[in-house]
Amino acid sequence: MNKLNFLSPDKNNLYAYLYSGISLFSFSILIVFLNSFFSLDLTSFLPGTISYFLPLIIGFIGLHLIRIEYSGIKFLDIINKNINTNNFNALLSLLIIFAVIKSLPPLLSWFIIDANFAGDSKDACSGSGACWAYIKTWFNRFMYGMYPNAEQWRINLSFIALAFLGGVGFFATEKFKKYLTLYYVVVYPVIAFLFIFFFISGGPIFFDFSYGIIAAVISIVIGFFIPSKFKMYYFLIIPITIYILLKYVFFYEELIELGKIQAFEWVETGAWGGLSLTFIVSFFCLIFCFPVGLFLSLGRRSDLPIIKYISIGFIEFWRGVPLITVLFMSSVMFPMFLPEDMFIDKLVRVIIAISLFEAAYVAEVIRGGLQALPRGQYDAAKSLGMGYWKMHIFVILPQALKLVIPGIANTFLALVKDTPLIFVVGLLEIVGMLNLAKTNPEWLGFAMEGYVFASIVFFIICYAMSKYSYNLEQKYKTER
Amino acid sequence: MENRGITFGYGFLTQESSFDVQFSLIEYDGSHSYFRAYLVGLLNTILVSVIGIIFATIIGVVVGIARLSSNYLIERTAAIYVEFFRNIPLLLQIFFWYFAALRALPLPEKAEPMFGVFFLTIKGFFIPAFIWNNLDIFIYSVIAAIIAIFFVRAYAKKRQENQGTQTPVLLISIGLLIILPLLSFLLGGVDASIEIPVIEQLSKTSFTFKGGLKLPPELISLALALSLYTATFIAECVRAGVQGVSKGQKEAAASIGLTPNQVLKLVVMPQALRIIIPPTTNQYLNLTKNSSLAAAIAYPDLVLVFAGTALMQTGRAIEIVSITMLTYLTLSITISIFMNWYNKKIAIKEK
Repeated sequence: MNKLNFLSPDKNNLYAYLYSGISLFSFSILIVFLNSFFSLDLTSFLPGTISYFLPLIIGFIGLHLIRIEYSGIKFLDIINKNINTNNFNALLSLLIIFAVIKSLPPLLSWFIIDANFAGDSKDACSGSGACWAYIKTWFNRFMYGMYPNAEQWRINLSFIALAFLGGVGFFATEKFKKYLTLYYVVVYPVIAFLFIFFFISGGPIFFDFSYGIIAAVISIVIGFFIPSKFKMYYFLIIPITIYILLKYVFFYEELIELGKIQAFEWVETGAWGGLSLTFIVSFFCLIFCFPVGLFLSLGRRSDLPIIKYISIGFIEFWRGVPLITVLFMSSVMFPMFLPEDMFIDKLVRVIIAISLFEAAYVAEVIRGGLQALPRGQYDAAKSLGMGYWKMHIFVILPQALKLVIPGIANTFLALVKDTPLIFVVGLLEIVGMLNLAKTNPEWLGFAMEGYVFASIVFFIICYAMSKYSYNLEQKYKTER
Repeated sequence: MENRGITFGYGFLTQESSFDVQFSLIEYDGSHSYFRAYLVGLLNTILVSVIGIIFATIIGVVVGIARLSSNYLIERTAAIYVEFFRNIPLLLQIFFWYFAALRALPLPEKAEPMFGVFFLTIKGFFIPAFIWNNLDIFIYSVIAAIIAIFFVRAYAKKRQENQGTQTPVLLISIGLLIILPLLSFLLGGVDASIEIPVIEQLSKTSFTFKGGLKLPPELISLALALSLYTATFIAECVRAGVQGVSKGQKEAAASIGLTPNQVLKLVVMPQALRIIIPPTTNQYLNLTKNSSLAAAIAYPDLVLVFAGTALMQTGRAIEIVSITMLTYLTLSITISIFMNWYNKKIAIKEK
């Protein structure tokens, strides 16, 4: 047998080092494990400080002994390469392993073992663990806010329907693929708005907006019979004409009467809340901020000085102020500039404010993509005789937007994470509802459970979004 | 506006404010003017931003480097931290620390001292305070040391460009920062004594600490949430920056005989910083703007003191909201102008 040198283990006595090292390492983990799960102290006969650091020392020696390069054992090599490259790394690895073992029992007992799941009042929660009965009791409020219980199927129905309509793109055949952009940019938002107006809010069947929709439908139907040469002008002029005719000439009185008929009970926006409100606000802000941001970014790179400086001023203004002051402005300052009899719902004001705010960030992200494109792309498009809009729609934007998918996804994530701020104007989405529930005298003292619950909900939403954006990025990645 | 009976003017700024603020860096009470209340709020905003920026940078750099570690466990831990804290709204994190985590702390009378002098209680964090004599001389000496460091750096750079020899700038800088203030103690008559917080009974059940410095729980939870949240973004910037330096650069530097330390200092870091600094400054700006969420937990920052209390009292929405927005706007435009200048300075000069 060769001489053992414990300071520098080598391959010659592989198994002697291996067995001693692994047993020391396992022993150190066993000490910590027993200590944390069964509060059993194996080393209590030693003085306090030594007993405290003993597992670390033993584990460190163990890891040192098994650090043998090119040992020929696959598993050992993987361990050495990944957690045990040198003394410092071994120490850090040990610390992390011990920290995980130490923190598991309290976390497990708080989350599951000592937690209360059953019951519907505070008395059910007597244990030292979490009170999930609190979440269970308030679950409806966290999801729907103050929305009447009997009417909540309207929200569910709308969300399910919108999810299906949003998923149309996955099932579309080749023939319809070219209309998808039009569908998502124009048709889908209108449908979503109608769903939310009719179902969730319970609006009247005919309202001012309906004239516009009827006008649009009629003009599209007529549009099929118009030669394509005039279509551009046609779609600018005819809908407006039909709208004016409908509203002021044909059906003025009748439709006002019809407008008083409501299919569902009216629920004002102040009662909306919870996670559903988070979704509604995020959804509309996402839809609005993207086109606004796109135009701002194009405006910022425009050759016309007026457009350019207006865009720069606009972007820098919104990027320079915190969202909370923007919301303050929309709630206290903005109504002062409106005519006295005009009233804009606070949810609409909030959506406009957040959309404009995030549009400035989207604009900067897209500008980054536009700047990253080489000049040759512009020159090539121009040399083919393309105009400004054709060049941007068919050549520049598809490439630029592909480049900035991660940036746009980040902005959208920031938007979703910013929605809790609408508490400033008194709208309570999930975080606001938590704060309300926390102050309920019958349920005092369960702040932790509420925040943990909301954190998990937001984490799932945001993590899913970021993974999806990563997939998109991979899908549209092209080598340049 | 007229027909609503609203008048416009900034005259109210000099009026007596007659409200109190719990925590302020400058002397303030109800008899001071609204302008002073504005200053109190602004200083509190700057305080929490500076604390947040310092801690976010430290955590962010450590986590960013940890994410590049070859150690699987360290890399995973850092990644979990980043993914977790980045995907939870900041407001939720502030609420969590303020309403859930810090509420679990002990009452003042039951608090265990940390190292004998720090007291972490539900009423705030009590730390010992320095009582200075001739503080101004000490500050001058620190400023002098900083200026001297700039000269040393400029000299070192020139020397390296002319003669190619390295000067140990870091050692000299640390030495300067220690020696000059120390000299001010010995020669300048500067004197500091430490005041340790002592528990005091206000009434039968109410205790507090007297003496020392009190950091209110609002400040702690806000600074904690801001730095933990922003650190995740800074960590990603750092990771992207170091990864952005191509491997060939390191190999080329090593092949001309630079030591690993020199490779890091002279080749990798200057290039990585070029990538890291612009997005990191953006994060600092975001942190400053996010500090306005303080209003949600009643930390008296600019938004709460000025756009909250002062607005309620005077009802001058337009003036106050515009001043608040203008303040933030000035802050961020100043930083972004500085950043653009800096960006141009360090950018690679190309055709």
